[in-house]
Amino acid sequence: MEVNVICTFCGSVCDDVLFDIEKFKGKKFCKLGSSKFSKKERLKSPMIDGKEVSYETAIEKSAEILVNAKRPLLYGWASTVNEAIRLGVILTEKVGGVYDQCASVCHAPGTLALIEEGVPGGSLGEIKNRADVVVFWGSNPMEAHPRHPVRYSVRAKGLLIKDRKDRKVVVVDVRKTKSANMADMFIQIKPGYDYAIISALRAIIKGEDSAVPDEVGGVSKEKLKELADLMVNAKYGAILYGLGVTQSRGRDRNVENAIKLVQLLNRKTRWIIWPMRGHYNVVGAGEVPAWEAGFTYAIDFSRGYPRFSPGEFSANEVLQRRDCDAALIIASDPVAHFPKASVAHLKKIPVIQIDPFPNMTTLVSNVVIPSAIAGLEAEGTAYRMDGIPFRVKKVVESEYWSDEQILEKMLEKVNEMLEG
Amino acid sequence: MLHIKNGIVIDPKNGINAEKMDIFIKDGKIVEESEVKNPEVIDASNKLVVAGGFDMHAHIAGSKINVGREMRPEEMRTVRLIAGKFRASIGRVLLTSPAIGYEYAKMGYTSAFEAAQPPVGSLHTHEELDAIPMIDKAALPVFGNWHFVLKYVAEKEYEKLRSFIAWAIERTKGYGVKVVNPGGVEAWMYGSNCKSLDDEVPGFGVTPREIITALIQETENLNLPHSVHLHCNNLGTPGNYQTTIESMKLAEKFSNDRRQVLHVTHVQFNSYAGSSWRDVASGAEEVAKYVNSVDNITIDMGQPIFGHATAMTGDAPFQFTLHKLTGARWSNKDSEIEGGAGIVPIGYLPKNPVHALQWAIGLELGLLVDSDKVVLSTDYPNGGPFTEYPYIMAMLMSRKMREKELERVSPYVQKASSLPAIDREKTLYEVIQMTRSLPARVMGLDVKGHLGIGADADIAIYNLNPLEIDTSNDFETVYKSFKTSAYTIKSGEIIAKDGELVKEVWGRTYWVDARNKVSLDAIDADLTEMFEKYYSLQRENYGVEERWLRKPERLDVGEVR
Repeated sequence: MEVNVICTFCGSVCDDVLFDIEKFKGKKFCKLGSSKFSKKERLKSPMIDGKEVSYETAIEKSAEILVNAKRPLLYGWASTVNEAIRLGVILTEKVGGVYDQCASVCHAPGTLALIEEGVPGGSLGEIKNRADVVVFWGSNPMEAHPRHPVRYSVRAKGLLIKDRKDRKVVVVDVRKTKSANMADMFIQIKPGYDYAIISALRAIIKGEDSAVPDEVGGVSKEKLKELADLMVNAKYGAILYGLGVTQSRGRDRNVENAIKLVQLLNRKTRWIIWPMRGHYNVVGAGEVPAWEAGFTYAIDFSRGYPRFSPGEFSANEVLQRRDCDAALIIASDPVAHFPKASVAHLKKIPVIQIDPFPNMTTLVSNVVIPSAIAGLEAEGTAYRMDGIPFRVKKVVESEYWSDEQILEKMLEKVNEMLEG
Repeated sequence: MLHIKNGIVIDPKNGINAEKMDIFIKDGKIVEESEVKNPEVIDASNKLVVAGGFDMHAHIAGSKINVGREMRPEEMRTVRLIAGKFRASIGRVLLTSPAIGYEYAKMGYTSAFEAAQPPVGSLHTHEELDAIPMIDKAALPVFGNWHFVLKYVAEKEYEKLRSFIAWAIERTKGYGVKVVNPGGVEAWMYGSNCKSLDDEVPGFGVTPREIITALIQETENLNLPHSVHLHCNNLGTPGNYQTTIESMKLAEKFSNDRRQVLHVTHVQFNSYAGSSWRDVASGAEEVAKYVNSVDNITIDMGQPIFGHATAMTGDAPFQFTLHKLTGARWSNKDSEIEGGAGIVPIGYLPKNPVHALQWAIGLELGLLVDSDKVVLSTDYPNGGPFTEYPYIMAMLMSRKMREKELERVSPYVQKASSLPAIDREKTLYEVIQMTRSLPARVMGLDVKGHLGIGADADIAIYNLNPLEIDTSNDFETVYKSFKTSAYTIKSGEIIAKDGELVKEVWGRTYWVDARNKVSLDAIDADLTEMFEKYYSLQRENYGVEERWLRKPERLDVGEVR
């Protein structure tokens, strides 16, 4: 039997995909999505120090670790549902810990730019319906969000865009990515020159092109004028930026500059700018703490109220300062992705892991709690990269507890211990 | 079970004006004395007893306020409560979800409705509503730029429009029909706006006049609990009071025995005379005159409070104008075939002529419009915090307080508004009406806003003796008393006492089901087609199921409430 499911891999959150329950196989998925929606190696049972235990025992031990810690770090969250994230924020508040999520090592500079300038954006459906110019800047959808171009941004048809020819696609990157092949215009820039190039575009659009030298960041003035022209003459344009912008020289300042460019363009025509968010619910991992605790990431609760300070309370800052004495890692794999110095401290402290799959972090975890796969074995709310909410579905029965169930029980235990 | 003893009750819906009465509560409802045995007794001697406050227009949940929080961490540095028995509670004007519930409760408010729910983002709005403790809530989905509406109005397919309204309110688990700058937000997608009722909406050949009229007509045909709730075209522009009155006149041919047929919201922002910011003046007298002359329109104030605020509306082109005007940060969200929104930080400064005028216009509306037609609001957080409602209440009741405040604001208001000349002082009874019985009636909720038998036991008790207080002169006492209730009772439970929280409770989320009054088959093919062509998600994945909500309460429009 084939049923509609909502993919829980990347930020595109494709909701038109199908899953054959008997064959345990997906249809219409991209490669990335179909690998998640197929048989994979799983953690077999909850474990404490490598010994298999019951969920109850593992959760009780976890609660004990969190309650006894002075300042635990609760990190991850980008690949689970809002219901679990909400419990996670409340749990962090209860135990006076630090809440941080994957954005702090990826799109958080965009959040800092939002704080500086706001963000003029729109939903993916607007891009599909109206965008006659789409600029992928430092993002590579063909490899990172494979169905994004066809569903929303390149081949997608809608209200005003009836054909691929109605839309110009520009790719700006430091190398010729796979995405560059689908572009009408590819602009290769020198690494670290995003800021300067955006400034040059702003100058040209303001009519101050005399201030722009013949070449900026490896791009000729002529080419920049061509791009500026394309932007100004668009009816509805979209800049979709990726980690090439947020994690290269300039970081949040690059995004801020790009937002200023979009502010300027809106004085002439319509433009929006939006980040190409990675994990399927990394948006939720920021939105939920925002309404529960006022901030999106790098939140410390050690004083009994939330404080936001990215240079202080991001997971890597906390770990490298050796400023946490326990960690709960959920739906993420920091051991595989964090710098060595951060992982070194993780190895020294008690670590609790909640995840459907074994990964590098499993190897340093004292308590391992396997969970159901959201979107397949558990339901819950997830926000697509543009903030559109979806209720991802449970289509397969499973022995595994959901992240939500695990955290609910853990919070209950923590409350008991704190009161008792 | 509770027995509120010897309180001085003001209950405008039941015509009770400062009478010493006892009130009895059982199972969350107000009941006869005979039904109550061994109740807990609250001594309310010399205290004012009223229904819980009802904020019918506030932006308390969803993507707009959350972007506001994310964009403005400076707003989140005011600590109101350290985590313990209750959640940590923070925020200056923008508050976290727990803080919203706590602050309403401390002030004696027990219901607040989210005034603009982007339909495709409904699930997010409901998640945030579900994170607000203490109060009852609901959300109004936004219709005025939705392509289905524009299409059906253009095709004069009114029955389909009616079916669509019922479908949409059910899918969004919404409460009624909100309209924000009809047609203007669609025009914004082309960098334009609809400033007058007769501007054509690009791509559809319809006008705001036609959109508003058709939506009133079909909302009345469905006889929904709440009327059309309109944020007018041309908001925030000198001279716009005429557009506002013209919009109100579109309701002329409609009537409803139970309630208004058009609620025009945050009217302060739509009551400007003059031709530019240099000669802007108040148009409040004209607006008030019109509202008082008819019996099918209600309004709310949209009163600015001096200090910080954040403009957040579905009126995306206005938000961009505001950004250009002030140079402040600007967030925008275009929302596929449904409309859009914008968020811009603002502050109201007493010495700024325009801000002072806005402040004066809000108060003029509150004073000049009859108390059974104007609801007290700040359009939180657009005009400022809801926690300053007591300031507005006190100002409306005291000319002396207004005179004192006028001394510190820009003298521009002396010539550009009538506020300094207004002698009128509203009574305590009227202010209770504007914050309780009227908003409940406007929203069509008979169980709210009063203390009659059968009403919800949502009650506020204040340290204020209506038989003794001189509201004209003792405005400081009035302000202080309304800031924190002596008791706030929600569904029969004491949730706050003397400004301290007592118990965390979770209110209901009301939603309206009008499906039994229409044929959904009539629009089925259109829905399928529009989803396939223009949405970026599947029709089957659109909307919110009742079981996903914490405490939903379905109102079937077939039932008499």
